[in-house]
Amino acid sequence: MDMKRAYYEDIELFKSGTILFWTIVLMVVLFTLPLFSSKYYLYLFNLMLVHVIVAVGLNILVGSTGQISLGHAGFFAIGAYSTVLLMSKLGIPFFPALILAAFIAAFFGFILGLPALRLEGPYLTIATLAFGLAIMHIIGHMELFGGRSGLRAPELNIGIQQLGWNLTLTTDFSKYYLILIIAILMVLGAINILKTKVGRAFVAIRDSDIAAEVIGINLTIYKTLSFAVSAFYAGIAGGLFAFVLGFVDPITFNFFLSIYFLVMIVVGGLGSIMGSIAGAAFITYLMYALFKNISDVPYVGDFVVSISQRWLSITGIDNLSAIALGLVMIGIMIFEPMGFFGIWIRTKKYWKAWPF
Amino acid sequence: MPFEQLLIEGLAMGACYGLFGLAVVMIYKTSEVINFAAGEMAMFSTFIVFHLLTFYHWPFWAALLAALIFAAVLGALVQYIFLRPAKNPTLLSLIVITLGVEMLLMGFASWKWGAEQKEFSLPISYMVTYEPIKGFVISQWAMAVFIIAAIIMAFLYVFFNKTNLGTAMRATQQNKHAAKIMGINTDRVFAFSWGFSSVIGLVAAVLLTTKTILDPQFMLEPFLKAFAAAVLGGMMSIPGVLIGGAIMGLLENFFGYAWPAWKPITAFVVIVLVLCVRPSGLFAKHWVKKV
Repeated sequence: MDMKRAYYEDIELFKSGTILFWTIVLMVVLFTLPLFSSKYYLYLFNLMLVHVIVAVGLNILVGSTGQISLGHAGFFAIGAYSTVLLMSKLGIPFFPALILAAFIAAFFGFILGLPALRLEGPYLTIATLAFGLAIMHIIGHMELFGGRSGLRAPELNIGIQQLGWNLTLTTDFSKYYLILIIAILMVLGAINILKTKVGRAFVAIRDSDIAAEVIGINLTIYKTLSFAVSAFYAGIAGGLFAFVLGFVDPITFNFFLSIYFLVMIVVGGLGSIMGSIAGAAFITYLMYALFKNISDVPYVGDFVVSISQRWLSITGIDNLSAIALGLVMIGIMIFEPMGFFGIWIRTKKYWKAWPF
Repeated sequence: MPFEQLLIEGLAMGACYGLFGLAVVMIYKTSEVINFAAGEMAMFSTFIVFHLLTFYHWPFWAALLAALIFAAVLGALVQYIFLRPAKNPTLLSLIVITLGVEMLLMGFASWKWGAEQKEFSLPISYMVTYEPIKGFVISQWAMAVFIIAAIIMAFLYVFFNKTNLGTAMRATQQNKHAAKIMGINTDRVFAFSWGFSSVIGLVAAVLLTTKTILDPQFMLEPFLKAFAAAVLGGMMSIPGVLIGGAIMGLLENFFGYAWPAWKPITAFVVIVLVLCVRPSGLFAKHWVKKV
């Protein structure tokens, strides 16, 4: 709806003063948030930021390039395990280890991208799904990866130990700032990728891969590149996730985690970066916090407890979050397939010409 | 374990996957939806059998019959409530809706019956064995699987070729709009195919519980394997999915015997390798997207 008159208008980061203002407000809020929140919420914010990185990366693949991935938990796991192993076994400092781990994940993304060149629809779904399951089983069955019990994350030392610079982050508070800065950089990176030649090629492939090939886009390069970029994001997020949790085990990276990632971007809005950020935050909140103490909430809690006692079982009350997630997924797809982003666009359109 | 034993067990397991894959293929054939909820729909109906048996002490066959009816209604309802209202859905949004149904059913089942494993005894057992030909030991369970799979195959063959509803389903699959013009109520055809698929899924799930355990997640892995079998068979062909299922079962059993630790994923790895060579499965014409 915003008409663009020059190329520069399309690539500039802040389209207007309003957007710049609200971005600054958001940044101030994000940087002061931990000062007012409890320990549990800090942990939740860290998870949200990690999920934001994955969701933004997955959106490049699913939303912008139009490929389907049900195996992103695999890349996430590769990032987490690689970071932990590179740091604890080889003694590589944190930042090089994280970036190296992300490149390892990107390499696997490239490998998975190769069969994806020929596959579409259900066939691509099963291939990515099989990849995710395979990664989960490999890390669960090899001694190097700690088997079923997993690995403990080393100390989060963001200095370089070999040179004597040590800066160990131990609290959720300090980790929050590290993850926040990395997340902001990753989101900026994603916004910029989508404005370059590469990003436009991705969108062209999504809209019609045959037409894209006809106008001279090399499908082999760009499809595998899209998988690799997306896996790179998941790898970075995985490396941070290992330190948020403090340990990694294969059960964490199961099939459902891949579904949650997919749901984040679908609920947020396919192809929209702000949408995937909102979706990641919302789904993380829904999964980890919204129904945590449901039985203590006045009225609603009593109602849920009485239903559970009368018809269902009281121990299974935690499953409310799975039910809510299912309803959100179905509801969004039926009523607003564009997700939060679609709702935002509609609201904006409505108020733009409001009295008329 | 001798070769014959592995062969028979693998084929029986494969027949289960194939049967369950039929549930996936039935829906994909008519409405082009990949039903990720198939496993959980079957799981929920199996829990109905369990509930009627344990808490109301119904006889097994009555409980199974009631659950079959429940499964048919459940399948049709899922289609009616969740899939019909979606406007111009894409492949991804259909996948997300069925995944949502999966979360919903799994959440309800764990809420109702708890996540712990259940005792669930059926009148068929894989401990009782027969030896019709010397060297070929076949368990009661494997025999039941083969007989039921054969009956369902024969039924589906007759159904698709001789009945009006079956013809209508094939017509809907070939061209939805043309079928509508010819006076077929395609929405009702979809609801019927979902009901049918759910019933077949329940049969496969009941057969599988005998071999495995009963808990709200027990159909997840069989579903993924059945889906892989369906993909291997080309998603569209009914004999294809049974052959795909047999390949899955045999691969899993033989590789699983050689390397037990890698049993759950060998079949998937083979699937991906096969898809690299034949991108549309073994038994389908090449899947070409319309421009």
